[in-house]
Amino acid sequence: MRVNGAWREADVWPGTSLLAFLREALGLYGSKNACEQGECGSCSVWLDGTLACSCLVLAAQAHEREVRTVEGLTSGDRLHPIQEAFLEAGAVQCGFCTPGFVVAVADLLDKDANPSPATVREALSGNLCRCTGYQKILDAVQLAAERRRAGS
Amino acid sequence: MSVDIRRQGGVGQSVRRVDGVPKVKGEFEYASDLRRDGMLWGATLRSPHPHARIVSIDTTAALEAPGVVAVLTHTDVPGKKTFGLDVQDQPVLAADLVRYAGEAVAVVAAEDHELARAALKAIAVNYEVLTPVTDMEQALEPTAPPVHPQGNVVRTLTIVHGDPNALADAWVEGMYETGMQDQAPLGPEAGLAVPAADGGVDLFIATQWLHADLEQLAPCLDLPLEKVRLHLSGVGGAFGAREDVSMQIHACLLALRTKRPIKMSYGRQESFYGHVHRHPSRVWMRHGAPYEVPNARLEGTAVFTNNPPCGAMRGFGAVQACFAYEAQMDKLAVELNLDPIELRIKNALRSGSVLPTGQPIAGVAPVRECLQRLQQLPLPPEESALDRDPMLLPGGAGNVGHGEALKRGVGVAVGYKNLGYSEGFDDASEAWVRVSADREGPLAEVKTAAVDVGQGLDTIVTQIVRTELGIDRVLIRPPDTAIGSAGSSSASRQTMMTGGAVQLACQAVRAEIERSGGLQDLRRPVEATRVFHHRPTGKLDASGQGDPHVTFAFGAARAVVEVDQELGLVRVLQLAVAQDVGRALNPQSVLGQIEGGSAQGLGLALMEEVALVDGQLKNASFTDYLIPTILDMPPVVCEIVEEPEPGLPYGAKGVGEPSTVVVPAAVVAALRNATGRELRRAPVKPDDLVGL
Repeated sequence: MRVNGAWREADVWPGTSLLAFLREALGLYGSKNACEQGECGSCSVWLDGTLACSCLVLAAQAHEREVRTVEGLTSGDRLHPIQEAFLEAGAVQCGFCTPGFVVAVADLLDKDANPSPATVREALSGNLCRCTGYQKILDAVQLAAERRRAGS
Repeated sequence: MSVDIRRQGGVGQSVRRVDGVPKVKGEFEYASDLRRDGMLWGATLRSPHPHARIVSIDTTAALEAPGVVAVLTHTDVPGKKTFGLDVQDQPVLAADLVRYAGEAVAVVAAEDHELARAALKAIAVNYEVLTPVTDMEQALEPTAPPVHPQGNVVRTLTIVHGDPNALADAWVEGMYETGMQDQAPLGPEAGLAVPAADGGVDLFIATQWLHADLEQLAPCLDLPLEKVRLHLSGVGGAFGAREDVSMQIHACLLALRTKRPIKMSYGRQESFYGHVHRHPSRVWMRHGAPYEVPNARLEGTAVFTNNPPCGAMRGFGAVQACFAYEAQMDKLAVELNLDPIELRIKNALRSGSVLPTGQPIAGVAPVRECLQRLQQLPLPPEESALDRDPMLLPGGAGNVGHGEALKRGVGVAVGYKNLGYSEGFDDASEAWVRVSADREGPLAEVKTAAVDVGQGLDTIVTQIVRTELGIDRVLIRPPDTAIGSAGSSSASRQTMMTGGAVQLACQAVRAEIERSGGLQDLRRPVEATRVFHHRPTGKLDASGQGDPHVTFAFGAARAVVEVDQELGLVRVLQLAVAQDVGRALNPQSVLGQIEGGSAQGLGLALMEEVALVDGQLKNASFTDYLIPTILDMPPVVCEIVEEPEPGLPYGAKGVGEPSTVVVPAAVVAALRNATGRELRRAPVKPDDLVGL
């Protein structure tokens, strides 16, 4: 499969999830395993441009398809504006949910540059955070959206 | 060199997290991300029965399963067979008896995770099933089977203050219950054990207290303390769940046996079985007066059952008590014809108030101020149910009505939590600070064994160093057991304790630098190690009187809810929390703690409970055990009340717990206000709200 722009392959047993493939076979540990049931969104990636829980997709289903992970958002030391907004708003505590949230927010803002608070909540309702109570994550989304609109 | 508290990046400022960049990029290494060349995966076989005698264990087939390198049972534990944070009564691997469903019976090491898990099925354990004790009151009956040989009482504590037979003009009384809550940190229990050339082992681990783990591990492994070295790995939240040992001993046993690195990482289901939960409670109370009373009698009993074991969770022990006594205070307000918040303001604890243990509150106690701040906050505007986006009805898209039966309710609660360890325990913290200079200028390095579980301790430590030393470049060395204990990242204590130790070490280094001509003239590195102790506390006497606690943090919450009275669905419209923080060392981080603690409190009030049927855990997943989502959480309005606490570094109190203590009580009070129902149990379920 093409992962973050590069073709990658590995031999794995047929039951391997895309999440386990990314983490254990490719060493891309940014997508997190917190529930294995598609309930928490910590493993969010794009599969052919569609937001997906990589724990619910078999690696084999991604065969010859395009996968983009949190590692593909930026290169080198640069931060994506959404990552910058998460830091500034204080939306990170333990950080385990953060990569999944960053991916989900990027997906949302690509589709809707000016989401209402209700839209943001609905869009992020598949991502669990146990530390923040979500307030600062909402602040981060608003900050990132404002900057994006100001910049475009 | 003088202390400049306004220094850029110092205390009092909303400094960005020092671990923030790797966390947002997905590069921060959590314990579940650890790997090592040649490593094996460990897996745990757990008892399916809450109470059973083990007749035999046959590991022959498992040892022959593909990829399996080792299968260990209780006979393979070389040293002490039991562990435990306080009393070592938990088997490392069950020998003759299992006492809860999920208790570890055997561990396997195999070439990969799937092979290890598959091999568990090949272990044949012959159980003789016994009747479990699954109710806390049943456990106290003389006919109840003893869970441990010494009986089912863990501890009974009686507090008698003044004349417990004194009479009052008005009495209120009630029975209250709280369910078993799970901490549900998103990062699973995980670690990597690496056998060392000296016959010892290095364990890379997500924990709350490296040294408490070490002291439990070494005797079980039959190794001297210095041959067991713990190194902190990235911690994906804790909230009390990592205070007790989970996979630590198992991974080390497997590493020492196989002479290869062992990775263990629980899945979500196993995590529910593999860590302790918040104790469920049943409380009867009768009050003749609110809060500070001259006469009191309290009896508390903790019992063993064959339900899953319980331990620390945010607000440890205070959450359950607050839920009960705040319901009592509302009943008293009705009895005395007072507004609930007025009753609390009139009778608020203050500095100098004497608690039922006879301990006076020596520090600051701005309880009245917290309540008054809440009182001044406007309520969220009333919204008509008509024409409302269905997502904004209680239950959201699941609400099949049109808002015909909505009722709003408001509730308040006030409470407190002790900070640091109590009853004579000296949970000191050690810190090492070194200042050197290179081409980029001065550099301060800090080392402690204190764990940043996500609360932001490393950032606070960095701020303290900048403030004390005036050095911007601060490097936090990875915590391990090579330095003295920092105590646990629990009981709201690390800012106070490790913050205090770092401050002392910085002050010693600063004095030395000043003696030798200042930072500009630094020829050789200067370092110092210091230990911070909180003030001594004491044990309680036979009537429960004494000076048990270091100090307290107070908080108050107001909840505004909307209940669909036909469907029993709830929408929390707003939470407001006013909290006594002493001094906010990082205001943004303080807000994050209050908001996050509020979410866990809302969870206990409305949805979170480990469901048990005959000792079996029925909802060990995020599909079935619900924690608040972003749709469940209302805006949290925070009021930070700053009144520095004498004797604590910068006057700062711990901030992690009070919101979790008061929010469940406030939310349920609001539900009572909306529905007029007694609602004596949390979590409140839809059936309770419609009276089924």
